[in-house]
Amino acid sequence: MSHWNPAPFAQQLLDLFASLLLLIAFAMLSQRRILTLIHLFAWQGLILTLSIVDSAWLTHQPHLYYSAGLTLLTKVLILPLLLHRLIRRLDVVWDVETLINIPTTMLVGIGLVIFSFNLALPISHFSSTILRNTLGIALASVLLSFMMMITRRKAVPQVIGFLALENGLFLAATSATYGMPMVVELGVALDVLVGMFIFGIFFFQIRETFDSLDIRHMEKLKEE
Amino acid sequence: MTLLPLDLVGLILTGWGGLGLLGLVLPARLGRSLLFPLITGLSVLMAGAGLWALQGGAQTLVLPIGLPGMPFHLRLDVLSAFFLTLLGLAGSGISAYATGYFRRMAETQAGDFQRLTLLYAFFLASMGMVLVADDAYFFMVAWEGMALSSYFLVTTDHEIPAIREAGFLYLLMAHLGAIALLLCFGLLQSGAGGDYAFATLRHHSLSSFWSSVTFFLALIGFGAKAGLLPLHSWLPEAHPAAPSPVSALMSGIMLKMALYGLLRVLFDLLGQPLWWWGALLVGLGSLTALYGVLFAAVQSDIKRLLAWSSVENMGLILSGLGLTLLFHGAGQETVAALALAAVLYHALNHAFFKGLLFLGAGSVLHATAERNMAKLGGLIRVMPWAAGLSLVGILSLAGLPPFNGFVSEWLLLQAYLLRPDLPQPWLNMVLPLGAAVLALVGALAGFAMVKFYGIIFLGQARGLVPGEVHDIGFWERFGMGWMALGCVLLGLFPSSVILQLDTVTHALVGQGLGASAARHGWLWVTPVAASRASYSPLILFAVILVSVGLTFLGVRRFFHGRWRRAPAWDCGYPFQTARMQDSADGFGQPIKQIFESFFGLSREIPSPFDPHPHYHSEVRDPLWALCYLPLVRGVARLVKVVGGLQQGRISTYLLFSFTTLLALLALVTGTRP
Repeated sequence: MSHWNPAPFAQQLLDLFASLLLLIAFAMLSQRRILTLIHLFAWQGLILTLSIVDSAWLTHQPHLYYSAGLTLLTKVLILPLLLHRLIRRLDVVWDVETLINIPTTMLVGIGLVIFSFNLALPISHFSSTILRNTLGIALASVLLSFMMMITRRKAVPQVIGFLALENGLFLAATSATYGMPMVVELGVALDVLVGMFIFGIFFFQIRETFDSLDIRHMEKLKEE
Repeated sequence: MTLLPLDLVGLILTGWGGLGLLGLVLPARLGRSLLFPLITGLSVLMAGAGLWALQGGAQTLVLPIGLPGMPFHLRLDVLSAFFLTLLGLAGSGISAYATGYFRRMAETQAGDFQRLTLLYAFFLASMGMVLVADDAYFFMVAWEGMALSSYFLVTTDHEIPAIREAGFLYLLMAHLGAIALLLCFGLLQSGAGGDYAFATLRHHSLSSFWSSVTFFLALIGFGAKAGLLPLHSWLPEAHPAAPSPVSALMSGIMLKMALYGLLRVLFDLLGQPLWWWGALLVGLGSLTALYGVLFAAVQSDIKRLLAWSSVENMGLILSGLGLTLLFHGAGQETVAALALAAVLYHALNHAFFKGLLFLGAGSVLHATAERNMAKLGGLIRVMPWAAGLSLVGILSLAGLPPFNGFVSEWLLLQAYLLRPDLPQPWLNMVLPLGAAVLALVGALAGFAMVKFYGIIFLGQARGLVPGEVHDIGFWERFGMGWMALGCVLLGLFPSSVILQLDTVTHALVGQGLGASAARHGWLWVTPVAASRASYSPLILFAVILVSVGLTFLGVRRFFHGRWRRAPAWDCGYPFQTARMQDSADGFGQPIKQIFESFFGLSREIPSPFDPHPHYHSEVRDPLWALCYLPLVRGVARLVKVVGGLQQGRISTYLLFSFTTLLALLALVTGTRP
C-alpha cells in the first residue's frame, strides 16, 4: 500500500467521525425516549456513511462508495422511517425505563470502552490499514449497543440496539479490512431490512397477546 | 460367472429386505401365509450358504453404495460363515413358527402385522449384514439397523406402558453400546489414516495402553448387547416384552451377534491380547452366569425366567471367551482352541434350545394369555405337542446328556480343568473356581428348568379352564420340531460339529480340535486325549434307552398288579386341589432363602390369624439400585442446574451471550504472544 497519498486532514476527519460514533453510542445508552433513540440511530448511520466515504476517498477503494450509498439508503433513510411509522402505529412514543439506572450503565460503558481499546491495541499494531485507530472504537460501539439491548425493558429499544450493533460491526469491517465483499454487504443490508419487517410483525403479535410491549410478560413463557 | 457363497448370502439378504417391503404392500392374510414361509425358505438357504462358506477361504466384495469415498465392504470368512449358519438354522425354525404364531394378529390387526413383517425381515437382514460387514462404517449401519428394528419389534404392543418403558430402556442401552463401539472403531482406526475398512484395521497395531482402552470400549459396546453384568438390565425387561418369536430371535440369535463382534474385534482386529483381558472376561462372565441363573430360579413370569437364563448362558459363553483369550495370550493354542470350540458350540446350542423354549413359552402365552406361572399348570394334558417339544429344550438347557447343552458345557468344563501352565501362578489357582461356578450354574439352571416345566406343564391347572386352551398348529409344530431336532442332533453327533468348527478355531487361534476330537471315529468325542476324557452321546443314549426299557419291562413283568389304590387313613389329606400344589414362588423358596442377601427381596408374609391371608414377594435387581439409580439421580441433578439458567428473561439471555463474548475476547487477548 505505498501508492496512497497521506492526507492528514482526511485522516483527522476519520478519527473525528469515529469519536462522534462513540459519543452517539453513549448517547443512545443513556437515552430514555424512543423517538430520540431513533433520531440518534439515524445520526449514527449518517456519520457512519460519512466515515465510509472519507475512508473510500483516502484509500481509493471505489467499492466503498457503494457501501456508503447502501448504508445511507438503509441505515439513514429506510430503517429510521420504518421505525418511526412503527412506533406511531404501536403508539409507544413515551419514555422507557431501564433495568439498571443510567449512571451505572455509563460507568460500565466506560469500562467496556477501555476493554475494547485494550483489545484492539495489539491488532492495530499489526494492521497496515490507515483506519486502524478506529478498530477500538468500532469494537466499543458494538459492545455498547449490546449493553443497551441488555439494559432495556421494552422491545423497540432492544431492536434499535440490535441495529446499532450492526452499525458498529460495519465500522469494524471497514476499519480492519476496507469493508467486506460487496455480496456480503448486500446480504447484510437485506438481512437487516427483512429482520426489521419480522420485528415489526412480532411487535404487533406481542402487543396483541400481552397488551403491552414490556418483555417482562414473556417470562411466563418458560417451562416450569 | 460362477456363484460364490458371498453372492448367495448377498442375494438372501436382499431377498429378506425385499420380502419385508413386500409385506408392507401385500394384504396381511396373504402376507402371513406367503411371506413368512418364504422368509423361512431363505433362512434354510442361508444356513446352507453358511455351511458352504465354512469349507472355503475368505471372499470380499465392495458394493458401490455408501458414502462418497467410503463404499460398503463385504467379506465372508469362516467366522462370519459360522454365525451365518447359526442365523440361518435358528432363523428358519423361528420364522416357520412365526408363520403360525402371528395368524391371529394378521386377522385382527392387519396394519400392525404388515409393519411387523417389514421389521421382522429387516431384523433378520440386518443381523446378516452385521456378519458380512467388512468396514466399521457398514458394521455400525447394520448394527444400528439391528438395534432399531428390534426396538420396534419389542414395542409391537406399545399400548401397554410397561412395554414402552422396556423398549426405552433397551433403546437407551443399545445407544450407549453403539457409542462405545463407535469410539472403539475410532481408536482402532487412529493413526492408520485409512477408510475404516477392517482390512486396514487388521494391519494396524496400537500401543498396549490404547489397545486396552479399545478392549474396554468393545467390552462395553458388545457387552451391553450380550447382557454382560452390569449392562444386563435391559435384557430381562425387553425380551419378555417382545412377541415370542421375536424374543426367540433376540435371545437365540441377536445376543450371538455381540459374541461375533467380540470375536471379530479381539481376535481379528486388535492383535495380540494382554493376559488380564481374558482374566477380566472370565471373572465378569462367571459372575454374569451366576447372577443370571439365580434370578432365573426365582422368577415367576415364564418369559422373564427365560430371559434371565439367557443372561446366564451369555455369561457362560463370555467366560469361555475369556478363557480362550487367556490361553491364546499365553500361547497355549490347543487349549485355546478347546475353549473356543466350547464357546462356539454353546452359542449354537443356546440359539437352538433358548429359541425352542421361547417358542414354547409363546405357545403357552398364545393359548392361555397368561405369563404368570402361578396361574398355569397341567398344560401337558391339553398341549401335548408344546409340552413334549419344550421338554427337549428343558433337558438341553439343564445340560443333561444326550442333549446338546451337555456337550458344550462339558467341553467348557474340560477347558477349565485342563488348566495348562499359565505364566500367572495365581490364575492357575483361581481358574478351577471358574469350573466350580460352572458346575453351580449348571445345577441351578437345572433347578430353574424343573421349576419352569413342572409348574407350567405338570400338576393340575391353577384356575384355567382346560376347554379354552388349544394346542399348537402345524407351523408352530414344524418350527418347534425343527429346533428340537437341532437340539437332539447337535447333542448326538458332537464330533461332526466339532469338525465343522475346526476351520473357525484354526482361523482364530491357529489350532483345531478336529484331529484329536475325531481321532476315535465319529462315535466318540475326545477333546484332548482318550486317557483324559471322552464322551459318546450315541452310546450313552443307547444305554439310557436300554436301561429305561429294561426297568419298564421289569416293573411291568415282576411288579405289575401287586399294588392297589385305596384310601387308608388319608393322613388328613382326603382330597387334593390345585391350590395344594407347590407354586412357582414356593418352589423357588429355598433359593430365595439361601441367597436372600443377594436379592433385593421384599416380602409380605401374612399373620397366621389373618382370615384372608395375602402373600406377596418381590425380587428386585440390586444392581439397578447400585449402578443405575445413582446415574439417573446425577443426570437429574445436572439437568436441574442447567434448567436454572433458563429464567425466561431476555435480558438475562443477552447477558449470557455478552459475558461469553467478553470472556472469549479477554481469552484471545490473554493468550496472544
